[in-house]
Amino acid sequence: MSGKRLVRMTVNGSPVEEAVEPRLLLSDFLRQVLGLTGTHVGCEHGVCGACTVRVDGSTARACLMFAVQAEGCRIVTVEGLGPAEALSPLQEAFREHHGLQCGFCTPGMLMTALDLIEKYPLASDAEIREGLSGNLCRCTGYEHIVAAVRAAAQRRREPSS
Amino acid sequence: MTEPVETLAARPKSVGARVRRTEDPRLLAGQGRYVDDLAPPRLLHVAFRRSDMSHARIRGLDLEAARGAPGVVAVVAAADLEGLAKPLVAASRMASYHGTPLRPLAEGKVRFVGEPVVAVAAESRYLAEDALELVDIDFEPLGTVIDPEAAAAGDAPLLHEEIGTNVLVERRFRRGEPEAAFAAAAHRVGGSFRFRRKSPGAIENRACLAEWDAGRGALTLHSASGIPGIVRDALSEALDLPGHRLRVVAPDVGGSFGGKGSLYPEEILVSLLARRLGRPIKWTSDRLEDLTATSQAFDEIVEAEMALDAEGRVLALRAEVLGDTGAYSIYPWTAGLEPVQVVGFLPGPYRIEHYEAHVRAVATSKAPTGPYRGVGRPAAVFATERLMDLAARKLGLDPKEIRLRNFVRPEDFPYKIGSGIVWDRSGFTECLEAACARAGYPALREKQRQARAEGRWFGIGLASYAELTGIGSKISVAPGMPINTGTETAVVRIDSTGGITAAVGIASHGQGLETTLAQVVADELGARLEDIRIVQGDSDAVPNATGTYASRGAVLAGGAAILASRVVREKLLRAAGHLLEAAEADLEARDGRVTVAGTDRSMSFREIARAVYSEIGRIPHDKREELEATRLYDPYYGTTSSATHVATLEIDPETYRVTLGAYLVAEDCGRIINPMIVDGQVHGGVAQGVGAALYEEVVYDADGQNLTASLVDYLIPSAPEVPPMTVLHVEGELPATLGGFRGMGEGGTIGAPAAIANALSDALAPLGIGIDELPATPERLFRLIERAQQRQDNQSTGEER
Ligand code: FES
Ligand code: FES
Repeated sequence: MSGKRLVRMTVNGSPVEEAVEPRLLLSDFLRQVLGLTGTHVGCEHGVCGACTVRVDGSTARACLMFAVQAEGCRIVTVEGLGPAEALSPLQEAFREHHGLQCGFCTPGMLMTALDLIEKYPLASDAEIREGLSGNLCRCTGYEHIVAAVRAAAQRRREPSS
Repeated sequence: MTEPVETLAARPKSVGARVRRTEDPRLLAGQGRYVDDLAPPRLLHVAFRRSDMSHARIRGLDLEAARGAPGVVAVVAAADLEGLAKPLVAASRMASYHGTPLRPLAEGKVRFVGEPVVAVAAESRYLAEDALELVDIDFEPLGTVIDPEAAAAGDAPLLHEEIGTNVLVERRFRRGEPEAAFAAAAHRVGGSFRFRRKSPGAIENRACLAEWDAGRGALTLHSASGIPGIVRDALSEALDLPGHRLRVVAPDVGGSFGGKGSLYPEEILVSLLARRLGRPIKWTSDRLEDLTATSQAFDEIVEAEMALDAEGRVLALRAEVLGDTGAYSIYPWTAGLEPVQVVGFLPGPYRIEHYEAHVRAVATSKAPTGPYRGVGRPAAVFATERLMDLAARKLGLDPKEIRLRNFVRPEDFPYKIGSGIVWDRSGFTECLEAACARAGYPALREKQRQARAEGRWFGIGLASYAELTGIGSKISVAPGMPINTGTETAVVRIDSTGGITAAVGIASHGQGLETTLAQVVADELGARLEDIRIVQGDSDAVPNATGTYASRGAVLAGGAAILASRVVREKLLRAAGHLLEAAEADLEARDGRVTVAGTDRSMSFREIARAVYSEIGRIPHDKREELEATRLYDPYYGTTSSATHVATLEIDPETYRVTLGAYLVAEDCGRIINPMIVDGQVHGGVAQGVGAALYEEVVYDADGQNLTASLVDYLIPSAPEVPPMTVLHVEGELPATLGGFRGMGEGGTIGAPAAIANALSDALAPLGIGIDELPATPERLFRLIERAQQRQDNQSTGEER
């Protein structure tokens, strides 16, 4: 099971180079090798969305990828959004609207929400809910998450307001 | 001096405000610290070989190959742990009760699929799992015990031979003369209600990490737990370690809902192994393990009948309840926790003079059931609220009207229901009226008339309930359990830099207690919110604690924090009196400063603290006292929270998919500390109720295999399945708890299944269908509707002839 392979990628803007087993999941690579524990793991079978990260500009489930498959990719994790003392507008919207309780689904939720507000018009709540349907939250009942995404999308459309 | 609730009311500031949460920035930035994020040096990882048999004797084990596998440090089975830990048994004062031992690994036999049998410790989880494949277990099947009714019968295979029966608890409740009341009743309604088994489904799976400090002979267990205090006390007994050498920390915890509210074999196992191997050791559950070995929920058959007079007043209620509690009596709550409380809460918010109930908790070869949001109440409310609607139909009354006729009225409080629970003043009627007013109930009925005319299946469902929260020491939160769950301690301290710390024994796992408790302390002390830090989830923080469960955090820890803060405030003012040369009565504390009233003379808390602790000569030497207090709070009885839910829905005639319309909750949770957080708790609870009503079910086949062991098969609602929700707060007369708080963490899950079941039944009333089994999946709805339509067809062809 040894036979490590070298893998290179950019994570949150920094170049990374590590020798890893080919079977190492991207989620474990981020959490255990790089110590970026913001990306969470809730199922490891692609359903809960807690492990959602950005790979070359698209959302991906880090539990469904091997680290070696990310060779040469640009990865963004929740740690790349904004630090605790300078949250991004999307993170702020989640705080303002109480879009998190235990915070465990939150990193994945934020990564999905970022993709949604950047790529879709999000004209209705139904559209927001549909867009979030790949991320499970057991705490919030989604109501406040929807409100946070709605506010963040609005703010993106009308930055001054 | 009597100074009850009023201090807060007199200076309401932080309490009641929509304060943003203190815990959010770290969680939003990916800087939370959950157990699996912790990685001390030399960490070992554990993986478990779990039983794939439902009920079997362990004839033989071959661990040699696994022991020789790469990276493996230890492979252990029960025999290897002999004498290292005392088995723990959940105790109960109930006469008919039988406890079962909690062991880290199965000994002699296995009793459910998923029970841990062998533990492998290795340098990585990958290597530990590789080695699991090399473990060989020889099982001799003993016959599954799946159907609870069969399990309760005399000839079923016994899960615990030494007990001599699978019935772990049996109880009877009786008040008044139910037989006579039934005999005299103008109307009777009844049914058999089946609430299927659930999984709590926190998105963070359970995890625990033990570190042994050989130099100090001390163990630290980090655990994703809601009850670090109970875990500490239990481990102390099992491992024979005093509390000052045994610390249990629940860091950031990713939800529990009850699933992290019991002591687990894995917590004992990693503790033992850390001590034995002298290295830190961690186990993180995967989802398969969570869905097979975390405590499950509900799973009752409730046969209930109601007697009414000609005006629709309920005269009597009787019930026969069978709870399928799985293989073990969960520690510390016991197998009585869930089914006995079903019977405890069945009478609901209604005046019902005569009551009779018989309940049994029966062991089956499935994962143990334990606490899950609502505990007992969701199944009870489902049955009682269905009966209310059945009665309304029978008598031609509106569902709202029959409830109004039967509620405990304001003048009846305190009211003791047939099971012995006492309701203090709570807004039963007010909640129903407020809910119906906001929902536009008459207009909804009109909408339904139109939908029916178009042949659509549109339904409206009401559910009203009451629950006991913030329970004090008069009774235990689990019936018959001898552990005191009725007190909490808070330690409030201003240190020499002016920093304010309030330490409590409860453990937040999403409730935002770091924020709400700080709001309470800020108001009591006259401090600024940002100067207060709440320490929670750490058994070292206070002398005794249990944890967060049973909607008690705000009431008990909030009460203790109020008491301790008051003492610190007095000390602070005494010191300020010396420093400002003023009478204490002339001082006021506000925004982190003490001011002499009517003057501009003032000092900040920080300046006072420095003078008290660090500066020579500022305070008379015999007047220095630490700015700290420890206080315990016991609300003794607890207090009643209540609500009415209104659900609307439509059933798709093609797919049998249910679409919920806007959902409404009107609730009385006393004084609200933070409305944003209360709303969030209600939303989350309702979403779990939606899951319980329509989607979620743990399914075991006849061989005892769990067929819903992934999130593909166990369906947790996602955003599109959960309706938009409105929460109305009916703040009536405040309860007698300190601060006037009531618990409100669970109500959403208590009301929603019943409201949805009533709405489905309402939608399908033209077909004569009543929902008596949850979840009402599309498949179940399809079968019910198909049968009803056949029945109608047969009738109409019969009539034509
Ligand atoms: S952990 Fe990747 S989807 Fe659940
Ligand atoms: S905030 Fe807890 S799972 Fe979403």
